[in-house]
Amino acid sequence: MSSPPAAVADSLAEQRSRRDARDDRLFGWLLKGCALLVLAALLGAAGATLWGGRHAFGTFGWHFLTSSAWDPGNDVYGALVPVYGTVVTSVIALLIAVPVSFGIALYLSEVAPAWLRTPVASAIELLAGIPSIIYGMWGLFIFAPFFAEHIKPFFTSYLGDKPDDGKLSWVAAHVPFVGKLFGTDYPFGAGVLTAGIVLAVMVIPFISSVMREVFQTVPTRLKESAYALGSSTWEVAWDIVLPYTRSAVIGGIFLGLGRALGETMAVTFVLGNALELSPSLLDPGASIASTIANQFSEAAGLQKSSLMALAFLLFVVTFIVLLVARLMLRRLAHKEGR
Amino acid sequence: MATDWLYLRRRAVNALALALSTLATLVGLGFLAWILWETLRQGIAALDLKLFTRITAYGADGGLANAMVGSLVIDALGILIATPIGVLAGAWLAEYANRTRLGESIRFLNDILLSAPSIVLGLFVYTIVVLPSTALTHGNTTFSGLAGGVALALIALPVIVRTTDEMLRLVPSTLREAALSLGIPQWKLTLQILMRAARSGIITGVLLALARISGETAPLLFTAFGNNYMTFNPLDKMSSLPQVIYQYANDPGDAMHALAWAGAFVVTMFVLLLSLVSRLVLSRNKVSHD
Repeated sequence: MSSPPAAVADSLAEQRSRRDARDDRLFGWLLKGCALLVLAALLGAAGATLWGGRHAFGTFGWHFLTSSAWDPGNDVYGALVPVYGTVVTSVIALLIAVPVSFGIALYLSEVAPAWLRTPVASAIELLAGIPSIIYGMWGLFIFAPFFAEHIKPFFTSYLGDKPDDGKLSWVAAHVPFVGKLFGTDYPFGAGVLTAGIVLAVMVIPFISSVMREVFQTVPTRLKESAYALGSSTWEVAWDIVLPYTRSAVIGGIFLGLGRALGETMAVTFVLGNALELSPSLLDPGASIASTIANQFSEAAGLQKSSLMALAFLLFVVTFIVLLVARLMLRRLAHKEGR
Repeated sequence: MATDWLYLRRRAVNALALALSTLATLVGLGFLAWILWETLRQGIAALDLKLFTRITAYGADGGLANAMVGSLVIDALGILIATPIGVLAGAWLAEYANRTRLGESIRFLNDILLSAPSIVLGLFVYTIVVLPSTALTHGNTTFSGLAGGVALALIALPVIVRTTDEMLRLVPSTLREAALSLGIPQWKLTLQILMRAARSGIITGVLLALARISGETAPLLFTAFGNNYMTFNPLDKMSSLPQVIYQYANDPGDAMHALAWAGAFVVTMFVLLLSLVSRLVLSRNKVSHD
């Protein structure tokens, strides 16, 4: 059997390469389409909640943001209470989680013996893997009663303006605001501070793992120079490592903030779900996510639209926070030339 | 004298800081142990065979059988939807758009989607799946397991995209050059060579995504909704373990709380097992590459 004439072989090869080129183009489009779905999901989530909330925005206008009313009986809704609850619980969470995470990252990168680092880091990361509903269960049945029995009495009797025995402490009487912050008649463990603490435990693994990762990117030369000049471990961490990784550390904190703002289940369990504005951290409150989780299934009309509007606010705020977080994290990556 | 005092102060500050950092680690580990211990203790105390044989319609005398089936169906749907899309999108980021502006933007947005509030994604799916299906079927199909699956797919998607992208970028470029020099089209190179080289990494990503969605509750509340009876039909309302845990934990009855703990135990074990398995898959991969 003779080989095919050169011209035929050429055209076969040509056909084949044309087919390959076409397939490649189609495949590329398919892949691009899948990747664009990520974009579509984000835009869609923003669009759907804005669309769903249009009645609320249309009815209440800017007043929606400043009104503390949430009254299904009179069909009047305002975002202030859930927004306040979301912000306060997240801020409490960060106030606790940032120092603790920094401590963990410092321990894992400078203090712990080498053989202990990986197991401890894995254990802390395990904390991030526990589903939020488990945090909720633990918070509701274990931590909130513990808090009510052992921690809360300390706050109410030494700092609050409504102590059980009626005697105002010196702090409550003389330092402004503190008495209001810690005064309450509410007998249970659920509340804004409890939710903040549970949130802190949830975001600690996220913040500490970012911090640990970026601490390891600090050039050894820098640290060794500081040690050679006689710095202590703490001085190296505070004056060399932290300034070098500042933007990424802030990025990690914002990442944790993004998580805390949008967290639903754990907060819903321990926040007490009272849609009233109270200055006390020991009173129950409501967050955007907990209000949606509690009310959406039974809501209709303007209430449903208001919940959608709340979701839109939450989405926009977390988007901005996460955007800042990722930009800050990227700055360190660029510095390394990655 | 002054230098002595300064030296002592610096040493004291250092010792204090290091002690506090150790304390912080102990606090973190303590909370982990506390949460796991209570879940194990309360969960094992509530374990019972009827958990797996009876449905939630019996209430306190019932089990969680329909919720477990529902969770399996919804999670499977979520993974089945998210895996092909996520893997292909990740392949696009790594192979087609690695250094392009659009590619970088989508990689960036994918990282944001990764931590976006799941409850908002649930409302998004409510709007694009539940509402239209209600309108199209005149209310016959409203909430459904399928809608729950779509919601979970949105949560799983960024995890899979990210791991696929990262794993493919780890594949040595000599492999690409060798294949392309043989005249293999890029789609074949991507699907048959690079995917195979990065297979265990991609599987890890899928397992991690599964672990992430199997504990998700918030988006299921208004997509799959819940159902006290056993159903395998994804177009039906469906209950899931996290949703039943949420419902039972808010119930005043102690028997319901025990069931909720049992459910929490099952979910936690499943998630921990998954993260263990995914670590094993990844470490096996690392060994084979060395």
